Amino acid sequence: MIKNDMLKSVLIANRGEIACRVISTARKMGIRTIAVYSDADAQALHVKQADEAWHLGGAAAADSYLRADKILAIAQQAGAESIHPGYGFLSENAEFVAACQAAGIAFIGPDTHAIEQMGSKSAAKIIMTDAGIPLVPGYHGDNQDPDFLQQQADSMGYPLLIKAVAGGGGKGMRVVENSAEFKTQLAGASREGKASFSNPDVLLERYLVQPRHVEVQVFCDRHGNGVYLGDRDCSAQRRHQKVIEEAPAPGLSDQLRKAMGEAAVSSAKAIQYVGAGTVEFLLDSDGSFFFMEMNTRLQVEHPVTEMVTGQDLVAWQLKVASGQQLPLQQADIKLQGHSCEARIYAEDPLQDFQPSTGTINYLQQPATSEHVRVDTGVIEGDAISPFYDPMIAKLIVFAEDREQALAKLDRSLADYHLQGISTNIDFLRRLATLDDFAKADLHTGIIEQHQDTLLVPASLDAATTLALTCLAQIPQAGNAGMRLGQASMLNLTANIGAEDLRINLQMSTSYTATVTQTDAEDQVINFTGQRNGNQLSLQLDGKTTYASFYQHGLELSLFTAAGKVQVNLKQAHVDDYAQGGAGTEGDIVAPMNGSLIACMVEANQQVQEGDALLVVEAMKMEHTIYAPSAGTVTEIYYQVGDLVAADAQLLHLEVEEA
Amino acid sequence: MATLNSQVNSQSAEFKAKAEAMQAVVADLQWQISKVNSGGGEKYQAKHLARGKLLPRQRIEQLLDFASPFLELSQLAAHGMYGMDIPSAGIICGVGLVQGRHCMIIANDATVKGGTYFPMTVKKHLRAQEIAQQNNLPCIYLVDSGGANLPQQDEVFPDKQHFGRIFFNQANMSAMGIPQIAVVMGSCTAGGAYVPAMADESIIVKQQGTIFLAGPPLVKAATGEEVSAEELGGADTHCRTSGVADHYAEDDEHALLIARQCLANCPQTSGNSLARKDSLPPRHPAEEIYGIVGTDLRKPFDVRDVIARVVDDSQFDEFKALYGTTLVCGFAHLDGYPIGIVANNGVLFSESAQKGAHFIELCCQRNIPLVFLQNITGFMVGKKYEAEGIAKHGAKMVMAVACAKVPKFTILIGGSYGAGNYGMCGRAYEPNFMWMWPNSRISVMGGEQAAGVLTQVKRDQLAARGEAFSAEDEAAMRDPVLAQYEEQGHPYYASARLWDDGIIDPAQTRDVLSMALQASLNKPEQETRFGVFRM
Repeated sequence: MIKNDMLKSVLIANRGEIACRVISTARKMGIRTIAVYSDADAQALHVKQADEAWHLGGAAAADSYLRADKILAIAQQAGAESIHPGYGFLSENAEFVAACQAAGIAFIGPDTHAIEQMGSKSAAKIIMTDAGIPLVPGYHGDNQDPDFLQQQADSMGYPLLIKAVAGGGGKGMRVVENSAEFKTQLAGASREGKASFSNPDVLLERYLVQPRHVEVQVFCDRHGNGVYLGDRDCSAQRRHQKVIEEAPAPGLSDQLRKAMGEAAVSSAKAIQYVGAGTVEFLLDSDGSFFFMEMNTRLQVEHPVTEMVTGQDLVAWQLKVASGQQLPLQQADIKLQGHSCEARIYAEDPLQDFQPSTGTINYLQQPATSEHVRVDTGVIEGDAISPFYDPMIAKLIVFAEDREQALAKLDRSLADYHLQGISTNIDFLRRLATLDDFAKADLHTGIIEQHQDTLLVPASLDAATTLALTCLAQIPQAGNAGMRLGQASMLNLTANIGAEDLRINLQMSTSYTATVTQTDAEDQVINFTGQRNGNQLSLQLDGKTTYASFYQHGLELSLFTAAGKVQVNLKQAHVDDYAQGGAGTEGDIVAPMNGSLIACMVEANQQVQEGDALLVVEAMKMEHTIYAPSAGTVTEIYYQVGDLVAADAQLLHLEVEEA
Repeated sequence: MATLNSQVNSQSAEFKAKAEAMQAVVADLQWQISKVNSGGGEKYQAKHLARGKLLPRQRIEQLLDFASPFLELSQLAAHGMYGMDIPSAGIICGVGLVQGRHCMIIANDATVKGGTYFPMTVKKHLRAQEIAQQNNLPCIYLVDSGGANLPQQDEVFPDKQHFGRIFFNQANMSAMGIPQIAVVMGSCTAGGAYVPAMADESIIVKQQGTIFLAGPPLVKAATGEEVSAEELGGADTHCRTSGVADHYAEDDEHALLIARQCLANCPQTSGNSLARKDSLPPRHPAEEIYGIVGTDLRKPFDVRDVIARVVDDSQFDEFKALYGTTLVCGFAHLDGYPIGIVANNGVLFSESAQKGAHFIELCCQRNIPLVFLQNITGFMVGKKYEAEGIAKHGAKMVMAVACAKVPKFTILIGGSYGAGNYGMCGRAYEPNFMWMWPNSRISVMGGEQAAGVLTQVKRDQLAARGEAFSAEDEAAMRDPVLAQYEEQGHPYYASARLWDDGIIDPAQTRDVLSMALQASLNKPEQETRFGVFRM
């Protein structure tokens, strides 16, 4: 039954920034908001922002945000008229949608049938072919006659890929540049397929040279209306995870934009789609585009579309779910300016993007405005747990054109200061300012292509780092470090540039740092500067540098124009000196908070150096721990399935004497 | 509060000349300090380091909390005495923060005559203990000393304020609940052995520290027994067998960490509950004191201009501003703490003395620490003044100062002569701390006056015999007196003999006072009981 009255209440079956995002619009529209939370999220921002919050279950998603039954029970108890699934979790779960329908609760999204159809990649491809939407051309048939295949290839166009049907890992795969070399390459691929997989059969597919990921935001209501709200480029990806998205996709002709938009709306209509959806295309360098998949939910990157269209897509969702018509017709949708979004993740790009867990001790976000938006679900003091997606925030900026938008993104990222966990902020800044990125020379391999430029630590010269470290250490008390008849002094040891430096700082109207290093001459650095709260200004060698800092225990974070620089301080007093070290050589410790999901060894087992011992899973990623040297496993302290804390001793290895 | 609107013309010729003169004496002071800071010199320091030991100042740096101030005592002790250099009297003493607590640190400098005790070494050690006792500061002894300097034994061993007093103090401070921690980082021979033995807790460094009543040579001479120093009194012997030491340290750094841990295990005792406000810096730069005061004691200055560069926000509420104007009294805050200031602004008259006595009583009543800024030629003399009873009025002030039990701090910012020194809380009146500025002078009277008195007496004697006193004879008598007073009244001469706790750069006055004031608040407030005031 279609109701036209605006919904009165919504339960948000999600967490983090998207839950906060939905709550914000719903509250503006006067809709009662009901949050749900897991044990780990009892103090989370979305819980505080909602009108009411209900406890869902344990920290693991399977015990909380994936518990369709519990969520429905809460919805009924709380009298929720609708459920917004956000993205991820239950957002594309057809059974859950059916259960909502059965319970008489409006699911904010498409019907089960649309989800099911788009959920199956093969079914989706058939529907799209039928609807006349282009797919990546190819031949997947049984006819393996070389002449027939050559014919297929010639009609498909070059370059193309020959893949062994049973292939994998690049074996039995050949790129063919032109018709003349087709047969030679076919024979090679076939031979390899037979040798490696006992199957000589191949398939053919158009080889897309550096394709872009361009997607179209579509919206449909229950009255047969369907529109597209422009496109987005999400080519900047690492491990198939988008990191910077923008709208509109740069460099597309109006004609192409229109063709893609209309194809997207046709795709949605082909499945009687209702609500917000995204049709993802691969865009080839020659301007041809091919259907990839359709996401039947609000996307993470929807804010860039909101910025350039001036529309609130969550408001649209709520209106459509209330049975109303789309707020705008296609002709009324105007795009203006350019918007970029950067996803800030708790991860360490330099450690292969390994997720980082811990507590956010310090969080200073850039000043927000009409043109700078931060969508986040965390506040200072929150812990980033291993249970959920490691995204901390989305930073969205808007400007008149792309160049200004990228500049604003870089500046705003520079003002996003966080301490306690590693983040990809500096990596994002390097990507946003990359030449090829600025030239909109985009493709899905751009990060891999430029990894040597992108994946480097923040570079601040050692003298500046040292001087800033000293300034940050100067206590505010007037007589700090006082010595009679001499300059006041501080003694500190700081790890800068992977070296422990002993620094004696003499303080008068200017500063003199004398650095003692093992195996090197003493080094003297003179500078002047001021510290005001956590703001530093440094004058060194005729150059002024501004920075701010946060210190947690002995970890000092310097936030500079060059990025975040981490300095580990070692004050003279390591108070556990007498207690001895934390662990011995043979102790194998957990690299991060997570759960132990596999153990490949048993007690008293002999292992060789490099043998896999354990697998710890954190944030949807597996980390295998290898034997650092040959030896015998004497004890295993955890069982598979146990949660382990970072640095917890997992296993003891009796190291063999060399 | 009232703001001291202290404008000085720093461009005037007089200001510049005074500033230059003061800068010169401050620079000399800094040079003298930098000299003594290198202890026994490069050769002995290199030897010391080669043994794997830290230098005494390095030890102190390691012991102190990060960014702790260090209020060093009598850096120029023994300066120019004994006909040889005994920098800082071979012992470094001072107040610093350990585990957030003000502690008295007493460190022997083995690079100076093996850390042996000269008379001034003993005096400095005892003074440090006296400060610790008066202010309730835990004591940490970093021991590395060969004991008494044998050639000087008559000046260090037998008397009340000699070597034995060190252990007497340790015992009595321990009895008062003031922690006594000894770290044996070198020799601790004979009497010295009692420093760790008398300590509440002691730490000894392996292969470095030794404790014994008699060293191997004396043992061999006495009993014929042959034994190595390590075997006789090393860390293993004392930690495993004898129990003379409590904690075994791998090296100096380890020992100092253990000492810090010992302190961490001494709960903070409740001290003076004096309330603190937010600290505000003075409105005028401290360095301007140079040009205000200068070095010529005959050139007067308004002491309020000095106060304005020491106290919080240059706020000063003067007491009895219109009465006895040669003594400036008033309330201020220093680094957030309330203080009462008693400062000379001319010769003391009966009124000034009475006002001073009144103000001191006020501060005692209210538990407000007192700061004395001495620049005093003495009490006014003459028939009129004797007749109005200046002696009894001065006595009132001396009575008040002597009995006041609030923390007292005295700084000689100019002259300190005669009974003025007493009324203004000189050394004999047990201020918690007392310092001199490098421009100041101290003696029973000025050199001119002394020479005048002596030549007058001589002239009278000669006249009685009907003899004449020629100008040449007078000059011959006068000049040595002037020279003697100049030498003995000089701050280096005074500080060498521990008549004070050190000479400080006038620009550091505020920071020094702040540290000393905070140290003094470790002792709970005491009730003052005055004696009989002669009315």
